[in-house]
Amino acid sequence: MSAHRIAGLGRIDRSRTVTFTFDGKAMQGCPGDTLASALLANSVVLMGRSFKYHRPRGLLGAGAEEPNALVSVDRGGGRFTPNLRATAVEIYEGLNVRSQNRWPSLKTDFGAINDRFGRFFPAGFYNKTFMWPRSFWDKLYEPTIRRMAGLGDAPIEADPDVYAATYAHCDVLIVGAGPAGIDAALEACAARKQVILIDEQDELGGGALADPALWPWLESSLNDLAAAPNVTLLSRTTAFGFYHDNFIGAGQRLTDHLAEPGHGPRERLWRIRAGEVILAQGAIERPLVFAGNDVPGVMLASAARTYLVRFGVAVGDRVVLMAVHDSGWRDAFVLARAGMKIAAIVDLRAQVAPDLMAEAAELGVPVEMNSAVIGVSGRHAVTGAEIADSAGGNRHKIVCDAVLMAGGWTPSVHLWSHSKGSLAWSEEWGAYLADKPNENVRCVGACAGKWNYGTGVSIGALPTPDDPATIKAFVDFQNDVTAKDIALAVREGMKSVEHIKRYTTNGMATDQGKTSNLNALQLASGALDRPVQAIGLTTFRPPYTPQTFGMLAGDAKGALFQPTRKTAIDPWAEEHGAVFELVAQWRRARYFPQGGEDMHAAVARECLTVRSGVGIFDASTLGKIEVVGPDAAEFLNRMYTNPWKALEPGRCRYGLLLREDGFITDDGVSARLAPDRFHLTTTTGGAARVLNMMEDYLQTEWPDLDVWLTSTTEQYAVIALQGPKAREVIAPLVSGIDLSSESFPHMAVREGTICGVPTRLFRVSFTGELGFEINVPAAFGRYVWEQVWAAGQAHGITPYGTETMHVLRAEKGYIIVGQDTDGTVTPYDAALDWAVGKKKADFVGKRSLARPDIVAPGRKQLVGLLTDDPAEVLEEGAQIVADPRQPIPMKMIGHVTSSYWSATLGRSVALALVQGGHERMGETLHVPMPGKTIAAKVSGMVFHDPDGSRLNG
Amino acid sequence: MILIHCPYCDQTLPELEFAYAGEGHIARPTDPSALSDEDWERYLFIRDNPRGRHHERWRHIHGCGRFFNAVRDTVTDKFEMTYKAGEPRQ
Amino acid sequence: MTRFSAFSLFAKALGNNKTWPELWPDASPKPAYDAIIVGGGGHGLGAAYYLAKKYGITNVAVIEKGWLGGGNTGRNTTIVRSNYLYDESAHLYDHAVKLWDGLSQDLNFNVMYSKRGVMMLAHNVHDVQSFQRHIHANRLNGVDNEWLTPEQAKEYCPPLSIDPGARHPILGAALQRRGGTARHDSVAWGYARAAAALGVDIIQNCAVTGIRRGPDGAVQGVETERGFIAAKKIGVSAAGNSSVIMKMAGLDFPLESYPLQALVSEPVKPVFPCVVMSNTVHAYISQSDKGELVIGAGTDQFVSYSQRGALHIVEHTLAAITEIFPMFRRMRMLRSWGGIVDVTPDRSPILGKTPVPGLYVNCGWGTGGFKATPGAGDLLAYTMAKDEPHRINAPFNLDRFRRGQLIDEAAAAAVAH
Repeated sequence: MSAHRIAGLGRIDRSRTVTFTFDGKAMQGCPGDTLASALLANSVVLMGRSFKYHRPRGLLGAGAEEPNALVSVDRGGGRFTPNLRATAVEIYEGLNVRSQNRWPSLKTDFGAINDRFGRFFPAGFYNKTFMWPRSFWDKLYEPTIRRMAGLGDAPIEADPDVYAATYAHCDVLIVGAGPAGIDAALEACAARKQVILIDEQDELGGGALADPALWPWLESSLNDLAAAPNVTLLSRTTAFGFYHDNFIGAGQRLTDHLAEPGHGPRERLWRIRAGEVILAQGAIERPLVFAGNDVPGVMLASAARTYLVRFGVAVGDRVVLMAVHDSGWRDAFVLARAGMKIAAIVDLRAQVAPDLMAEAAELGVPVEMNSAVIGVSGRHAVTGAEIADSAGGNRHKIVCDAVLMAGGWTPSVHLWSHSKGSLAWSEEWGAYLADKPNENVRCVGACAGKWNYGTGVSIGALPTPDDPATIKAFVDFQNDVTAKDIALAVREGMKSVEHIKRYTTNGMATDQGKTSNLNALQLASGALDRPVQAIGLTTFRPPYTPQTFGMLAGDAKGALFQPTRKTAIDPWAEEHGAVFELVAQWRRARYFPQGGEDMHAAVARECLTVRSGVGIFDASTLGKIEVVGPDAAEFLNRMYTNPWKALEPGRCRYGLLLREDGFITDDGVSARLAPDRFHLTTTTGGAARVLNMMEDYLQTEWPDLDVWLTSTTEQYAVIALQGPKAREVIAPLVSGIDLSSESFPHMAVREGTICGVPTRLFRVSFTGELGFEINVPAAFGRYVWEQVWAAGQAHGITPYGTETMHVLRAEKGYIIVGQDTDGTVTPYDAALDWAVGKKKADFVGKRSLARPDIVAPGRKQLVGLLTDDPAEVLEEGAQIVADPRQPIPMKMIGHVTSSYWSATLGRSVALALVQGGHERMGETLHVPMPGKTIAAKVSGMVFHDPDGSRLNG
Repeated sequence: MILIHCPYCDQTLPELEFAYAGEGHIARPTDPSALSDEDWERYLFIRDNPRGRHHERWRHIHGCGRFFNAVRDTVTDKFEMTYKAGEPRQ
Repeated sequence: MTRFSAFSLFAKALGNNKTWPELWPDASPKPAYDAIIVGGGGHGLGAAYYLAKKYGITNVAVIEKGWLGGGNTGRNTTIVRSNYLYDESAHLYDHAVKLWDGLSQDLNFNVMYSKRGVMMLAHNVHDVQSFQRHIHANRLNGVDNEWLTPEQAKEYCPPLSIDPGARHPILGAALQRRGGTARHDSVAWGYARAAAALGVDIIQNCAVTGIRRGPDGAVQGVETERGFIAAKKIGVSAAGNSSVIMKMAGLDFPLESYPLQALVSEPVKPVFPCVVMSNTVHAYISQSDKGELVIGAGTDQFVSYSQRGALHIVEHTLAAITEIFPMFRRMRMLRSWGGIVDVTPDRSPILGKTPVPGLYVNCGWGTGGFKATPGAGDLLAYTMAKDEPHRINAPFNLDRFRRGQLIDEAAAAAVAH
């Protein structure tokens, strides 16, 4: 029996047991155990397989730095999570854990053949081979590499859990609830600051949890903090990233440790803005680099101490300590005093402080100075260690079942680095320490290098009499990067630390180099014969530890990912069977099928009904802007291409808006309600953009203009009533407005009431028929709609959707900005010359229309297109050529922008952008499609009622 | 998420309330038609894009709605100042 | 140069890998070169390689202020595709895709170009129209791109959720089968090694501080941290720092530099067979050979050189990804980072001559530079060697902004109505 539980020690609750399974085998632990401590208590030391060589691995550490013991947890029902560190998984009744990256089992893994042939797979090997024969890369080599790579399996079911997100503000945020963090919290608390203290572990205390002498202090301090109204304590919470202006992201794990997770969120994202950030993240012990340092049972000395003191688990019966730092000695003494056999303390240094030697003697621990472990026997568990003096002499073996490594300490400056604080090399620590801050942040405790762990030396790899090129001494455990890989990278010309990292993948595993970065730096420093500081340091990037996608997405899921905007009439459309489409952020009724109609049939019916009778359409999504002020007309005159100043109140005008680069960005019909008041409309998708653009010009270019802009898009419901019977339908409902053609002509606006509701009634048409757009306050939208709908019954009214709207407008050659134009189209290209004020000295975009390539011939221009076969409906987006017999690549001269079956005309109609199109009237062009080429003639854009007589009816 | 001081609201608020609005102090020419193609191109497209001190515009779009100017270091992302539209270049 | 092959790998391994030579020697600057490339990313190294290999100009230096491939080459999501709408763009990117195919053999360095397919999701009718337009144009340009129904898309990429009730349902997808990914660092290293073997000097840790011009206005060389280096031809391929370098030659450019973030998950066993992009929700995803999900986002909103992005961009990106792939909600983000992308007004690159004689530029690739690496390198080399642009990069000249002949792919996909 190697690792085992020791009676009477630890902070776990021994009065109860918890049953969990590991690879199907049931085991017991105690409440308070991590999976790592519970497995050790069950004498399980083999917990994982490494990434590349599939080497058997046990625990290296006891915390967030763990690179080896990665497992998958399956809670069932889609709750499968790979790559969890056993040191961070809390056990609960029924916990179901699987080892990973092995086949068929953890003990017998065929992938370990990679280990046998490891020297054929040195760093960067994949760059040097798999190139011949060429076709094998896609079919054989790469799929094989991919299968071998990866750690755990991916989840393959939708995650049923929910996640939450919150904001928090505080005066002081303290990251890390070890002694230094707790001291800082007590101090800030006493100063009456608002304090948040967060720690990634289930239990607050950090390093104090492995030091019983501090337990009374810990308990009273935490009680004080918990009782303080100005302190928030967050355990199981990882501050993962330090962003601009003291903005910290933290992930809180709420249910993963519970046997019954309940219905609350699994994790919560905390977005914390702190006045001051105090980083008390402590330090992580460094492993040592020697042959066999990855055999299960070789671990950090501090981890062994934690397992003993906190969890009451002895990591072995006979333990060897390999130290280059005093702290390991102290850990070994703790183990020895608990009754564990320390077979030897091996230290590379020639001497250590006399008190250490004295204590070792007192405890009867043999000491071998000026020596190093040069090999470890055992494959699935340590069976012994080989030791030699630093000159390679006195080789001898010691039987043992655990080897502890004390390589010194690396302060956790990750968040400090995220904040762009600078780092300075400390010879004393053999590590980088925080130097100059870039935000209001400071480090305290071990994180700042201010903690007494004793002294030590830092070293890349332990000396060995064996050829370093033939041994596997691991630097990055998970990614299987060895000391010789670092040497190879340097040999191959990788001189910057970033190159070494990327070439060897050192520091790129799921632990992100927490235990490997400094050792790799030391090794590279040796290989390059340059000081560590001259090689640089890889940049730490968020997150500190891996963070769940779902938590980072927070509550932005489904309907909350992006709200769907719905009009006041939307529920009516839903009740009446509308099929919807998403347009910008809105959902709009696309068509209203009746009986078993498909879209084609429904649209044909809707179109014919509008042309012959009347149809009702929800146009509420149109953007609306109220433009008010004495200079309103002047302002619009500067913004739009056409003149606005002479527009009489009560009349409407089509407005065309360009970007300053001369291309069409929006359009809409707008009305002048009074000399100083306009009701603008924009496209559905363009509303916010247009308002922003207008505000920009108004505020920053023409602040002298006395104009106010207000978005009224959601204030009004807009009911379009279109068709020859439209007037008859609304006549009984409207009061205060003379609806006769003489007093209320096309392109006019009147204010009055409809169904008793105040309305701005537009006489406008996007269909070519007599039509009205009824603007009423949105709250009355559905009411008025239903009244109009009822009144229309006698006239055979139909609701219609966007698809019919598209067909009807295309039959009339009305463009849709964004479909018939695409951000590269000028007014001239779109045959909208008539909408450009020729006499205007300036308007937004005017100057750009005079640029050389804008006035050059051969631009793509909007035209009509009629297929020779009237039954053929062109595909929107289909490309147009003049010569269909040319080889590929063909010279394309345009594309179809809109294309529909016109039930009214009994044939297809299309609009297209064609090079020099306006000069090609009557010309036959060709649309090459897969398997056939479609001939079509260029025509004018108005296919229906070219003289507009129906509009004015 | 950077913090931005709105000179109109006189409050320092998170970036999510603001929309970036490009380089600052690029005034629209009073008579664009008089400009050469080169000068018009410069107005439309040429941007300073410095490493370091940058004059730029922001809009407090989810607040007061005002456009304002800022000087920010593009290497550190730190604001030196913000000031109201129309005030001289700082 | 030691030829790389399974045999050399085997032979060297028998010697415990002790005799591998340097991939490229770390050169010190000579006083003068025939041509200098400023910027040691994939594009710049590629240009140097093709100058030496195709145009016989071997007295070339690549000058890099940091380490090779340390800019956007080493920070991108490695997507390769060429299904662009306009002829100019399609020809430009397809030139690159053709070079990608065979690049490993050409360089004798496996850049791990993987033709696993790039799928672009259509979420609304407008997307469908836009993608159909791309597909038709691509077909007539000889660029592969095909339409998939939602069911076909799901078959090609099983993790996809095609629930029609989703907030952004999938109405179909455009698939370019030749598209895929490559290993970003390997591209820089492969070009550096091959260029160095042809005589090119690779000079790292040497920031350019000035561009010296003669009385005739033509370039004479570059001032650097390590002294003046003369050359009559200078090609600038400096991505996010292009504005800064061009200003040294007295040129103001139509460029702005924005932060672009990307992130990877922890590695998992193969689960994601292709590249999926969604412009509507602003996210893209693939799985690296190592097993990490590689995920990209849109740019942050403000000009910055800090290489430090904001958390809310990451939040949005992952919300978008998990909306389309709900099974990835339990995956975990391992690392996120930011690059600096230089963006032109029409979001197409500038690749060609400048008003300064002897000064050539390759910039403005925005978020799309990696896919163009071999093509951009080749065309910059051609332009420098011949002192005139190749017909493929001729439309991507600087003058188009004055003339108004923009190549605006993003505007072509504009959403309105």
